[in-house]
Amino acid sequence: MSTSAKKSTSSKKTAVRKAKPRVKSGAKPAAKKTRVAARPVRAAKRAAPKAKGKAAGKTAAVASSAEFMAHAYAMEAEAAERYAEFADSMEVHNNREVAELFRKLARIEQRHADQILEQMGWKQSPASAANVRWEGMEGPETADPTELHYLMQPYHALQIALHNEKRARDFFAQLAKSTKDKGVREGALEMEEEEAEHVRLIEEWLKRTPKPDANWQADQDPPVLSD
Amino acid sequence: MNSAALAAPLTAQAFKSDYKPIWCPGCGDYSVLSAFTKAFAKLNLLPENVAVVSGIGCSSRIPAYTTCYGFHGVHGRSLAAAAGLKLARPDLTVVVASGDGDGYSIGGNHFLHACRRNVDLTYVVMDNHVYGMTKGQPSPTTEPDWDSKLSPGGTGLRTFNPLVIALAAGANFVARSFAGDPNGTAEIIAEAIATPGFSFVEILSPCVTFRPEQREWKQMVRKAPVTPTEDAARAARRLMTDDGMNIGVLYKGDRKPYQPPVGKGKKRPTDLEAEFAL
Repeated sequence: MSTSAKKSTSSKKTAVRKAKPRVKSGAKPAAKKTRVAARPVRAAKRAAPKAKGKAAGKTAAVASSAEFMAHAYAMEAEAAERYAEFADSMEVHNNREVAELFRKLARIEQRHADQILEQMGWKQSPASAANVRWEGMEGPETADPTELHYLMQPYHALQIALHNEKRARDFFAQLAKSTKDKGVREGALEMEEEEAEHVRLIEEWLKRTPKPDANWQADQDPPVLSD
Repeated sequence: MNSAALAAPLTAQAFKSDYKPIWCPGCGDYSVLSAFTKAFAKLNLLPENVAVVSGIGCSSRIPAYTTCYGFHGVHGRSLAAAAGLKLARPDLTVVVASGDGDGYSIGGNHFLHACRRNVDLTYVVMDNHVYGMTKGQPSPTTEPDWDSKLSPGGTGLRTFNPLVIALAAGANFVARSFAGDPNGTAEIIAEAIATPGFSFVEILSPCVTFRPEQREWKQMVRKAPVTPTEDAARAARRLMTDDGMNIGVLYKGDRKPYQPPVGKGKKRPTDLEAEFAL
């Protein structure tokens, strides 16, 4: 095996280092997610008129309920786009099972984004969503592309999803703590609860999913020069 | 940027074609594609008013993945084709996609003179410090001690510094971005397109297959701690001393873009067709 092949192999291991349990493509948290998602929207909508222009401490970018919903929308839309991209990538590499799982995750996230549009009465993505800037480089629910591997299994994909849901939960928890705006805080707390529920659902999903065996990344015809 | 703007702006998705990219999973180029489409949408462009021109390599697949006009050209010669297109059709927004092998080695000479000529183009180079498509040979930006099957012990060669060279050769806009920051990259590409003249954007785009250690780039990049300068000498000092991980617009000049001579000698494409007709 060449040096580069060795490097590649070791990185494949690190690529899924967060992975542990394992998924079955049967159970999905979509329905529950969908139901709960409407609540924070309503809370923020109620509070929106009196929330303008208030500072939000450390997360100063979210100064009002309308901005909060723009952030929530941007987060869901970005996550959906990334999962769809992952699904395309897996499909091209003939990893159909994982492609389908990512496609499903993309649909779930897109549904959440669409619900926000509907609840807020926005006909399309608001301009404020396009201008959302996260503290990190991407949204808290957007998956890291470098975690992918062409031989990854549903378990690994769910590990990625779990990681993102946890980040989203923590984002809202932090926002709820730091904001001085009542509407933003209410919305953030509800979203935190929502994301915590998603974490639990994915953890359950993982329990039902077979763990990959030790040689899951073995490839008789690897892409890296090895002779 | 000369293209007509839309009354009702298109979304980024409208600039993505139905072809699914065949890059490796985890490749940074996916995010660059996303940044391209976001930049076009941000500028309210129409796909039919944009041409994406490329050479050869993983990064050069991008034209097929957009709904814009595309030209997948000869290795290292994308800038020549793009310059010709822009001069013949100044109404188009012309964006050029390349990689560090295509752009700095095979196309190195074109790079120098495109900067010098200052045609109104945006040149985006996805730099992963390796020839990925041909299975991992060292490129001009590969570190001298990168040890691999194809370069045992490393090349021992000094790395090419594309931003300094672009600046010295006359590029009017010089920026560095990171594929893991698609929104920031989209903003930089949009600004590059909107800036007249030759704009050069280097994007650190990890190759997780042949350079898996580049996964760490997301921990290493940082926003440049300085504001863009119009002073080339100051920009050069900054670029010569940075570690290659500062991202942002680093230089923005005000050179007038190259324009072809006008007057009696100018011929339209139809005139040339008639002249060369057999």
